[in-house]
Amino acid sequence: MKGPGAGPASPEPGPASPEPGPASPEPGPASPEPGAARPGADPGSPGPDRADAPKVRLRGTRRPPTRTSRLLQNRWAGAAGLLVALLAPFVNATPYALSIMTSAAIFVMLAAGLNIVVGYCGLLDLGYAAFLAVGAYTSGVLATRFDLPLLATVPAVLVVTVLAGIVIGAPTLRLRSDYLAIVTLGFGEIIRITANNLDVTGGPSGIYGIPHLADGPVAFYYLTVAVVSLAVLGAARLGRSRLGRAWRFVREDEDAAEATGVNTYRVKLAAYIAGAIWGGLAGVLFAAHLSAVSPASFTFLQSALVLMAVVLGGMGSVPGVVLGAIVISLLPEVLRDLADYRFFLFGVLLIGFMLLRPQGLWPARSKEALRSEEALR
Amino acid sequence: MTQLVWNGLFVGSFYALVALGYSMVYGIIKLLNFAHGDLYMLGAFTGFAVLGAAGGVTSAAALPLLLAVLLATMVITGLAGVVLERVAYRPLRGAPRLSLLITAVGASFALEYGTRAVAGADPRVYPVRLGGTPLEVLGARLTLQQLVLTAVAVVLMIGLNLLVTRTREGRAMRAIALDPRTSALMGVDVNAVISRTFFLGSALAGAAGVMAGAYYGKIDFLMGFLIGLKAFTAAVIGGIGNIPGTMLGGLLLGLLESFGTFWLGGEWRDVFAFGVLILFLTVRPTGLLGERVTERV
Amino acid sequence: MTLLDVTELRLSFGGLLAVDGLSLSVREGEIVSLIGPNGAGKTSVFNCVTGFYRPTAGRITLRGRDLRGLRPSAVAGLGVARTFQNLRLFGELSVLDNVRAGTHLWLRQSVLDALLHTPRYRRSEHECTEQAHHWLDFVGLRGDRYGPARALPYGEQRRAEIARALARRPGLLLLDEPAAGLNHGEKAGMVDLIRRIRDLGVAIMLIEHDMGLVMEVSERVVVLNFGREIAEGRPEEVRRDPAVIEAYLGGEPDA
Repeated sequence: MKGPGAGPASPEPGPASPEPGPASPEPGPASPEPGAARPGADPGSPGPDRADAPKVRLRGTRRPPTRTSRLLQNRWAGAAGLLVALLAPFVNATPYALSIMTSAAIFVMLAAGLNIVVGYCGLLDLGYAAFLAVGAYTSGVLATRFDLPLLATVPAVLVVTVLAGIVIGAPTLRLRSDYLAIVTLGFGEIIRITANNLDVTGGPSGIYGIPHLADGPVAFYYLTVAVVSLAVLGAARLGRSRLGRAWRFVREDEDAAEATGVNTYRVKLAAYIAGAIWGGLAGVLFAAHLSAVSPASFTFLQSALVLMAVVLGGMGSVPGVVLGAIVISLLPEVLRDLADYRFFLFGVLLIGFMLLRPQGLWPARSKEALRSEEALR
Repeated sequence: MTQLVWNGLFVGSFYALVALGYSMVYGIIKLLNFAHGDLYMLGAFTGFAVLGAAGGVTSAAALPLLLAVLLATMVITGLAGVVLERVAYRPLRGAPRLSLLITAVGASFALEYGTRAVAGADPRVYPVRLGGTPLEVLGARLTLQQLVLTAVAVVLMIGLNLLVTRTREGRAMRAIALDPRTSALMGVDVNAVISRTFFLGSALAGAAGVMAGAYYGKIDFLMGFLIGLKAFTAAVIGGIGNIPGTMLGGLLLGLLESFGTFWLGGEWRDVFAFGVLILFLTVRPTGLLGERVTERV
Repeated sequence: MTLLDVTELRLSFGGLLAVDGLSLSVREGEIVSLIGPNGAGKTSVFNCVTGFYRPTAGRITLRGRDLRGLRPSAVAGLGVARTFQNLRLFGELSVLDNVRAGTHLWLRQSVLDALLHTPRYRRSEHECTEQAHHWLDFVGLRGDRYGPARALPYGEQRRAEIARALARRPGLLLLDEPAAGLNHGEKAGMVDLIRRIRDLGVAIMLIEHDMGLVMEVSERVVVLNFGREIAEGRPEEVRRDPAVIEAYLGGEPDA
């Protein structure tokens, strides 16, 4: 693969496909390891493709409609997005502008992570900032207490965020999805209050003097863009895998997914943990960027803003979510005068989008995702 | 000891009032109304405005006037709840649950920051001071106003329970909770009943808001957030959708918090409450009095 | 050889007995129909077998393996596939993606494969799609495979759901009223399809109200009323059984 070159907004389509020909390999029990999953057939029994099965090849419907233009478009958008991100410092490299852009990039990563939970799997997480906090605090505390470079804290951050994801997800994912929403809301508060109360996290004033990850804001900005691009690419690829499909099945109809052999509980937990990892790693960038973390950064407002980005952009759509995150994080810079009404507006927008355009600005097209999968062969 | 119990019951009666609205709405349309806590906040601010218009309260005429304000506020927040349902929730009935939940979050945001835009970000001081000498009962200090507020809460809850169990309206609500489609076929005006449920639930939350304002003396636009969470916890403890259970859950949560605060310190009170929530969801998600749903693996 | 064995199955909801001591078995490659008036407990039996309901009492074994207490996905993993009485396709997803769901159980692909797009990822995705097309061909789906499943005509949706079940490569397929809502021609097609599925070596258990179809395809028929078995045997025997005639014509208004 082309690595981060595919760009933050790229759904990563891959090379255009040759038409799936009629000479497709014969499916059946000879496929890898069918034994365990196919108790119905003896090893020697004829495969599903018996001679009496009619070979109706309904060619008209087998061929995916033309898609090249759209794929190029998406791909082009991804590359263009990355290019803009890479060139931005040449336009304006004041420390202030760099800081805003770095924050926006981190926010993109958060939105990509929350999109796995909310967009792909349909689970509402209202305390997503908690994972940002867990990541930021874990790496910040370890780095300042034990004088570690931030990079060395990443394994610990991974372990702690995954654990946090399991502790919250394991009991609640068995229940109705709306319980998860409110429990995550409570969890977000618990993490914030705990950070506020403990000595090791520095209490209300937090921890400061967190070491940098790169020399100078420009280098750090590029590092952030690279990491975030990989994260976005990873989220997009997960969405188009066996697991990603299972997430969508769970979102559409849990019973039917379960009957199809998807262990919905495990799959939901996987989505939740993936979201936790993305959030936790974004937390490391967050800590490095601000060089200080305090409980005030992880309020419900923060979680709600990430959710807003996902909804605005289009749940389940990677380019949409990236766009949404950029809009939400840069909007305050544009609308300084409206500061008082900003969040009120967000609330109204959330309602408005759900009522009028639930698919978001740049919707996920189920057809399109499918076609890009086909394009991979 | 008795002090802790009394404090717990007092706070718990607030939780119970707010939790009832949560529980009723959930029971009838299976929606977690995230904006419910904000209706409580709206109640506090409405009461503040009405009191302001009445020119504040002196302790002599305090109680009767406060009750009048309470009633007015209940009507106003009740109507706000109806509007909320009509504008934000009803169009989405039948849409995926996720959309509805997100709308509810949006509504919560709009109410909080709408209030902030109107009333400002700083806390407001309630123009009521209910004085009175504390009484000693069984070693617990309780003030007259606490007694009055608890009494009001109890009266409201009993009234609600009578309404739901004894009247035609209540029967319609219970019918819809069981099966909205069949209820509609049987001639129940489902939309009207849902509207009235929102009215009742929001009115109770509004009442709790005024009472909290009068008791604590300070209100701000984010005051509904935490109590919304607590009310949900209370509803889950008691059994969401179950009215007596929810009341019990509110009181129990109040007691648990009161003792938790005593043992762990006030800064851990909220963590303790959510810990209880998660524990309950793990061990007994249907709550103490919630009926067990048919075992579905 | 016995594939599925249900012994003394009992299921109660509160005080209501939905299934009351039912025993039945399905042999490899056999087509067994489960019939009975509405509310006789047929779908409850399906739900118990597939793990959606936990039986109050009784044993359910598949090739001697106890199925009780397993989640539906685990039952599916042992080779039981089902369709639902009211179609449960993933409406917003494409028809092809719906059938791809069937490959979930046997598709070998790890998260790492997906993240790195390893050759194994490409291979498995390719196979997944090929299989989905294969089964759609098998059931003879003519509609747009790339459009959302809910856009298919009703009869086609039934076929797509069966394709999804077949993509699981089951040993036992439970069909819950596959012919409901189909017109005459489509029903004939369904008979043909059921037979072709059996010819793959897949055993079928069928719930169906269309007696013509039941009589035509079944090798054995089990008749249920009030959660109990009232008759069992070859189609022509069952048709003449007085207890069955009584159950269908007398007593039950909605039979």
